[in-house]
Amino acid sequence: MAVEPTGTLPLLDEQNIVASRQMVRALCQDIKLSLVDQTKMITAASELSRNTLIHGGGGRMRWEFAERNGRRGLVLHFEDEGPGIADIALALTDGWTSGSGMGLGLPGSKRLVNEFEISSAPGAGTRVSITKWK
Amino acid sequence: MDRIPILRMGDTLLVTIQVDMQDQTALTLQDDLANRIATTGASGVMIDISALEIVDSFVGRMLTSISGIARILSATTVVVGMQPAVAITLVELGLSLEGVQTALNVERGMELLRRARQENVLGR
Repeated sequence: MAVEPTGTLPLLDEQNIVASRQMVRALCQDIKLSLVDQTKMITAASELSRNTLIHGGGGRMRWEFAERNGRRGLVLHFEDEGPGIADIALALTDGWTSGSGMGLGLPGSKRLVNEFEISSAPGAGTRVSITKWK
Repeated sequence: MDRIPILRMGDTLLVTIQVDMQDQTALTLQDDLANRIATTGASGVMIDISALEIVDSFVGRMLTSISGIARILSATTVVVGMQPAVAITLVELGLSLEGVQTALNVERGMELLRRARQENVLGR
């Protein structure tokens, strides 16, 4: 599957979570990530897509490719204009949950990728960016 | 919405998950399995996930709750065929699938269920 170098996918319903997993699989294959790294990146994307939908009230996933020291990487951004997170350190703690889940989404995804950035404030939405290097 | 079929083989219920499930599909499977265990009196449930390329925390939680529900309804659950990359990812994600019995493949899963049934007959 040929993929666009940059793009955006809406995260507005459950079907979009499935679509984001499929898109991320194609993107991972484009930079020839190993099977284990692909699996980790798709799983992280699945967790973060669900967060965007459930906690952020919907949003989008943007993607781009990166290059550093001759290595290719895949960068994914998950963005919403939802209520935001007041205490980011707490949200990154294993097992802390705002409700329905198990509290693994943010800390778990962080462990699955090479780089993880989060910016959020109450009322200002949330953006999580993850990178996996080849 | 997709619905995952549940096959009955003797007193075992067999589920093969072959599609990338929406969250709602996973929840429906959980309810369907609970009902089928109750109506058939099945003593074992085998869930084949060999076709699944990822298991995230939502599906992981579904597998854990199915095992719990089945146990309360007096059935043993075994999850078979997990791909190595999925196992590696699950552990790193922080999901240990506590309380879920697993087997490498269908054959070993069947053996595990057969032994569980015998122990049951002998009154444990």
